[in-house]
Order: sequence, then C-alpha cells, then structure tokens
Amino acid sequence: MTQLALVIDLNVCVGCHACVTSCKEWNTSGAAGPLCDENPYGADPTGTFFNRVQTLEVGQYPNTETVHFPKSCLHCEDPPCVPVCPTGASYKRKEDGIVLVDYDKCIGCKYCSWACPYGAREIDEKQKVMKKCTLCVDRIYDTKLPESDRKPACVMACPTSARLFGDVHDPESVVSKAIRENAGYALMPEWGTQPANHYLPRRKTNLKIHEDELERVDNPLKVDGKLPKPKKSDPTLDDVTSW
Amino acid sequence: MNPALSVVFLTTLIGVGQGLFLALFTQQSYALFDLLPHQDARFYGWGSLLALCFTMAGLIASFFHLGRPERAWRSATQWRTSWLSREVIVLPAFMGILFLYGVSHLSGFDPVLVKLPGGLSINATIILGGVGTILAFALFVSTGMIYACLRFLQEWNSPLTVINFILLGSASGFTLATLYAAMFAPAQAGFFGGWAIIITVLGLLGRSTSLWRNARLKPKSTTQTAIGIKHPRIVQKAQGAMGGSFNTREFFHGKSASFVSRMKTGFLVFAFAVPLLLLVVDLSHASVLLLCATFVAQYVGLLAERWYFFAEARHPQNLYYQGIS
Repeated sequence: MTQLALVIDLNVCVGCHACVTSCKEWNTSGAAGPLCDENPYGADPTGTFFNRVQTLEVGQYPNTETVHFPKSCLHCEDPPCVPVCPTGASYKRKEDGIVLVDYDKCIGCKYCSWACPYGAREIDEKQKVMKKCTLCVDRIYDTKLPESDRKPACVMACPTSARLFGDVHDPESVVSKAIRENAGYALMPEWGTQPANHYLPRRKTNLKIHEDELERVDNPLKVDGKLPKPKKSDPTLDDVTSW
Repeated sequence: MNPALSVVFLTTLIGVGQGLFLALFTQQSYALFDLLPHQDARFYGWGSLLALCFTMAGLIASFFHLGRPERAWRSATQWRTSWLSREVIVLPAFMGILFLYGVSHLSGFDPVLVKLPGGLSINATIILGGVGTILAFALFVSTGMIYACLRFLQEWNSPLTVINFILLGSASGFTLATLYAAMFAPAQAGFFGGWAIIITVLGLLGRSTSLWRNARLKPKSTTQTAIGIKHPRIVQKAQGAMGGSFNTREFFHGKSASFVSRMKTGFLVFAFAVPLLLLVVDLSHASVLLLCATFVAQYVGLLAERWYFFAEARHPQNLYYQGIS
C-alpha cells in the first residue's frame, strides 16, 4: 500500500520560507477556492496556511544552533483527526494515504483540530471550513504537467532540496532511503499517530584531514616547490602540449 | 484551550435539562413504588417541557460553534467512530423523549401498558421515562467522551471527565427541580433538595479529584519530542507568522494565571459551596427566592467550571507556538 509523505531535512533547511509561499500560491489558486487572509496589509495580518516554517534556537549562547523547522500536516498512518470528524469530511485516502478534508462536507466544528497534537489544521476564517495540507493532491497526479513537476509545490520550491517527496512504504524510494540512511524520525512518537512525514536530524559535517593527505604523493623528496622542468622529449600527459 | 462560549453554554444548559428530567423521573419512580406521593400529571409534564427548553437552548448555543451550521445534519453520519456524532444523535432523541414524556403527562394519554405480577402497573410515561433516563445518561457519556477520548489532552483523558459531566449536570438539574417543586409541589422540595445536596457533594468530590489529578500531570509531549531534537534548552524564535494564526487563537485562552486561578476559586465557591449552604438552609427555611438564588449561583458557578475545564487543558500543539520573534 502506498503512503505518500514528505521527508524534511533539518540539516539542509535554511528557513527561507520558499515552501510556505509556494504552497500558499498553489493552494490559494486551485479549484478548492482561496486560502483566505485577513488584514494582509493591516496591523495584525493573519491567514490560512498549510505549511509554516518555525525557527528555534537550540543550546545556550555561545553554543547555539538555529534550527528552521517546517511544519505541515504529517499525514499520520493512524490519524487521530479522522475518526473524530462527525460528518466524515475528514478522511484518509486508502490508495495513497493522504489525509484530506472534503470542504463541501465540513461543518467547521473544529473538533479535528483539537484532535491533532501537531496543530496541523487551520480553519479558514472566511469559508468557515477546516483546511490542511493536501500534499498538492491536485498537482501530483496531474498528467498535463511534466512528470518532473508532479510533486508538491513546497518540494518544487525548496532551493536547497531539504524537502523530499515519495512513498514511505516503498523501501527503495528516495524518502525511505533518506529515512533509513539518515536516521529519519517522526514527531511526538509518544502518541502512536505514526506520522508519515519524517524529519532528518541535524548532522555535524566534519572534514577529517590526515597529516599525510596534506603531502603531495608525487613529491618523493618531500620538498615543496616547483617540480623539475621535464625534457622536451618527455611524453606529455595529453599528447598536445609539450610542457 | 480557548474556551468557546457556545460549548460552555451547550454543555451546561443540556446538563441542567438532563438533570431536571432525571430528578422528575426519580420522583415518579419513587411514587411508582409508593415511596412518595404521586404528583399531579401537570407537575411532571410542565417539568419535562422546562427541561426541553433548557436542552433546546443548549442546542441553539451549539449552532454558534459551527462555521457552517446549515450543514449540521451531516454530523449525524459518523456515529460509528465519533463521539461528537453520537452526541448529535442522542441529543435530539433525548429531546424527543422529553417532549413525549411531557405531552403524555399533560394530555392525560398515559395508558397502562404492562401489569406486572406484583400488581404494579407500568404506564406509558414510565416506559418513556425509562428510555429518557437511558438517553440522558447516554448523552452525558457522549458529551463527556468528546473530551475524554482525546488521548493527548491529558487533563481530559480520564474517566473523571465523564463522571463529572454526569454529576455536575445532575446537580444543577436537581437544584432546579428543588426550585420547581418549591413553586408547584412544596411537599416534594425536601426530596429534591436532599438529592441535590448529595449530588452536589459528589460533584465536588469528583471535580476536586480531577483538579488534584490535573495539578499532578506530567505532560508527555515536550518541545524536545515535538521537534525531535534532544537538547534540554530549546527556545522558539519564530512561529511562521507574527499576527497570530488559528493555532494561537484556538488553543490559548490568553488570560493571566491569576484570572484562571480566580475562575477556579469562583467555580468552587459558586457551583459547590454557595449552593450547598443555601440548599441546607432551605431544608429548614424553605423559600422560593432562596432556591432561585441557589440555582442561579450554581449555574453561574458551572459556567465558570466549564470555562476552567477548557482553559486548564494544555494542548500539545501549543509547544509549536511558544514565541513569536
């Protein structure tokens, strides 16, 4: 069974919010209607977003690290938001595991948002229905798009490729490999929601240089300087230049 | 959580309605076994319709919680999985029984349906009352389970939530029944008053236990598990929006700690201490005015209690909204 998901590499994310704006742009322009904003240019601008990038500081000065943390619906394998929905508007697709809201059935009771420990759902204050990340379901299956573009808008936008998209149930997919090989983890594992989206941890990238690597191999005399000029008759490396 | 007034009114108003009906039918059950004198049919009938008014008011309040009230009918479809859906089914069913029970008494259409071997005759209103009692409890359980079933809202995820909904709703209903009886069947006021005192004391015990439990809860989720970084010191520097979002409006009550603590003291005084005192005084010095004050005090206390119930629940999503920038 397929379970589409995102894998977000916290080691690579630079916190540029390109995924946020790209997500908003795509999803506010679709058939489902806009993601409404209120006071976009006023004192307290607020609006509906599927995806937000948060920034956290880890550690005590001066030993701190800034972590940019993109947060969207995790498309849990056991989504607590789905069974509580009184109308059946909230559902998880069998074929690809995407958790969706049927905006035509939602009554805006907000109970699903109470039942999500991640705060991934936001009500649209104008349309009065609950909204959340759809993994760009209207894009990833669109055969009119070139195959390379059939990815969520956030993944397409990420300039550092911190966001990977694929089937986490396929052990050979790029996301499964990333999770396996880079210690991918799920958020709040204590609630047993089994989020499909995973995060890759920050990694220390150390370049270990050994003493002997600093020494030229073709320097048997261990004297650093110009090599002796080769004779005109010596073979050249590329057969074009003499030397 | 940010307490929604619509839900505060819904849960307290239907609680009064359920409690009042349970009180009336308790009296009728006693009368069935000749433990108390059977009252005039109008006493039960108008009482049931009064309970219907409270549940109706609660139902109206609930619509203010919905973004799309015109689609409310859809919420009856997922009763297999959703406690909210079950409540949506049980509430109108209970209201229907309140109506039938009331009308059956008022119209005098109350035929004997079964004659038990002991000579006890079971009337239609007894059957309706029995069904109503089951539905009243089913409604308490559904309402309580809406909150108790959310496992990561640890303050709510306890059988105490359901028990307290039953006890507090019944307490206010029995207090109202005492007032109602003082006005229309003064001889029975002592019976209802006695039960009101007992249930209010039980309610105080139940609510105190949950306050005690919640004060000792250790949140399972921390910032560390929320973002998966195991460092003891993590400070949020930005949350992706500066003007607030649904997440900051819905899950933070935004009131000071002293305000919340005053609400707690307030509900302990008004929902329990004051009504208990007044009900005890009323046992010896019966007065309709005093009972009016008792019911109003207890209802206001329960509004504060329900506000506090929502405010004290700390949603784990708040871990992602600890700082703006």
